[in-house]
Amino acid sequence: MSTWFSGWRLIVGFLVTVIGVPVVGLVLTWVDRFVSARVQWRKGPPFYQPFADILKLLLKQTIVPQGVARTAFLFAPVVGIAGMTLVAMLIIYSNFNTVVNQQSSFIGDIIVLLYCFALVPISFIIGASASGNPVAAVGASREMTLYLGYELPFVLAILIPVVKVTQQWGVASALRIGGLVAYQQQFGPLLYSVSGVIAAVIILFTIQAKLGYVPFDIPEAEQEIMSGVIVEYSGAPLALFRITRAMAFVLLPLFLITLLWGGLRDWWALLKFLLIVVLIVLMKNTNPRLTIHQALRFFWFILAPIGIIGLVLAFIGL
Amino acid sequence: MRDLRLWGLKKSPWVYHVAAASCNNCDIEILELLTPRYDVERFGVVLVGSPRHADALLVTGVINRKSLPRVLEVYEQTPKPCLVIAIGTCACNNHIFRNSYNAVGPYDKHIPVHAYIPGCPPKPEAMILGVVKALSKL
Ligand code: SF4
Repeated sequence: MSTWFSGWRLIVGFLVTVIGVPVVGLVLTWVDRFVSARVQWRKGPPFYQPFADILKLLLKQTIVPQGVARTAFLFAPVVGIAGMTLVAMLIIYSNFNTVVNQQSSFIGDIIVLLYCFALVPISFIIGASASGNPVAAVGASREMTLYLGYELPFVLAILIPVVKVTQQWGVASALRIGGLVAYQQQFGPLLYSVSGVIAAVIILFTIQAKLGYVPFDIPEAEQEIMSGVIVEYSGAPLALFRITRAMAFVLLPLFLITLLWGGLRDWWALLKFLLIVVLIVLMKNTNPRLTIHQALRFFWFILAPIGIIGLVLAFIGL
Repeated sequence: MRDLRLWGLKKSPWVYHVAAASCNNCDIEILELLTPRYDVERFGVVLVGSPRHADALLVTGVINRKSLPRVLEVYEQTPKPCLVIAIGTCACNNHIFRNSYNAVGPYDKHIPVHAYIPGCPPKPEAMILGVVKALSKL
């Protein structure tokens, strides 16, 4: 009986991550387009628009141009979507299994999560490099530079809650997502402190960059390098890339809530989630695109020092 | 399956703008379509940067010996259920360049054209009407 029950739970979890997260992500893409339209005093597309886009792309012809590294070209979108699915599993499962003891078999390791998030830019870089298009090559090099830029402050910001939890419970539970959530359930969200606010601000900026939204949409500047990294993609692989982006749009705010704002176990999480999403969209709509060296300077010489200050504050206990 | 595909195509036509030696007036009117006043995004129309993503090519201007190979190349690069919409009298029938030495004729001599939108330049309303008619004929 109990094995049946756990198997059933596994299936539900699987369906939620494999179907639920992309669907919610596509709805969020609509929210993004709708809010943007309202900011620009327009009406905006209907709610089924992202689904129509994806459906059309999936059923359209897929062109593999001549001179393309075929396997890598077609495999790259799968890498990205696999990474996002892993992230979804990790975040959702460890939020609802907040075990602190060392014997638990499931370890929602935060370092694994970091690497899974990195699979998205890696998939874009692989795809763009495999396509052999000069414009895509420019996009790929920009994507690489941007990744190097935002990963440093991102890691620093993640270290801040880890340090705070380590001071109470030791590093073993601090490096688990479940441990972080359990800590917040006991002592209140980590956001409500100076270093917590610093971490949240840094993560908000990195979310913007990881999603490729406007101040940091440098790798796929549509007007400048013709969609950059995805320029040669058509049909189903392009749809996979869009789904990957949509999933990231769900998972990064969820990750922020899990890490700093009390986890996903109460209904307030929904409101927090929407707040973060609208914040991201507004940031997207009120900023012009940066150039790549401006973005790098921003991440390394402004955000990273702020992150180090936050880390020191977390060590002191603020 | 066919119905689904048709529905998707009708609900999200992404357009790519091919300016083959136009006088720039038609192009400005196309941009006008995308501004908040006409807002074609509510029909799912998005201007994309690469012909690989496009479902419809908006061709403008009189086609000449220099631009013909480029236009053909762009047409070949587009994945195939793809509409070609000729915008402006130049694109429809060569207009005042009819007897010019380097005009190689209207687009339908070289690629299949699904909608003709005459006018110099055509009004944005006319373009919306033309696209809607082309889509409803699918
Ligand atoms: S139709 Fe008229 S406005 Fe359009 S490109 Fe030709 S001359 Fe210019």
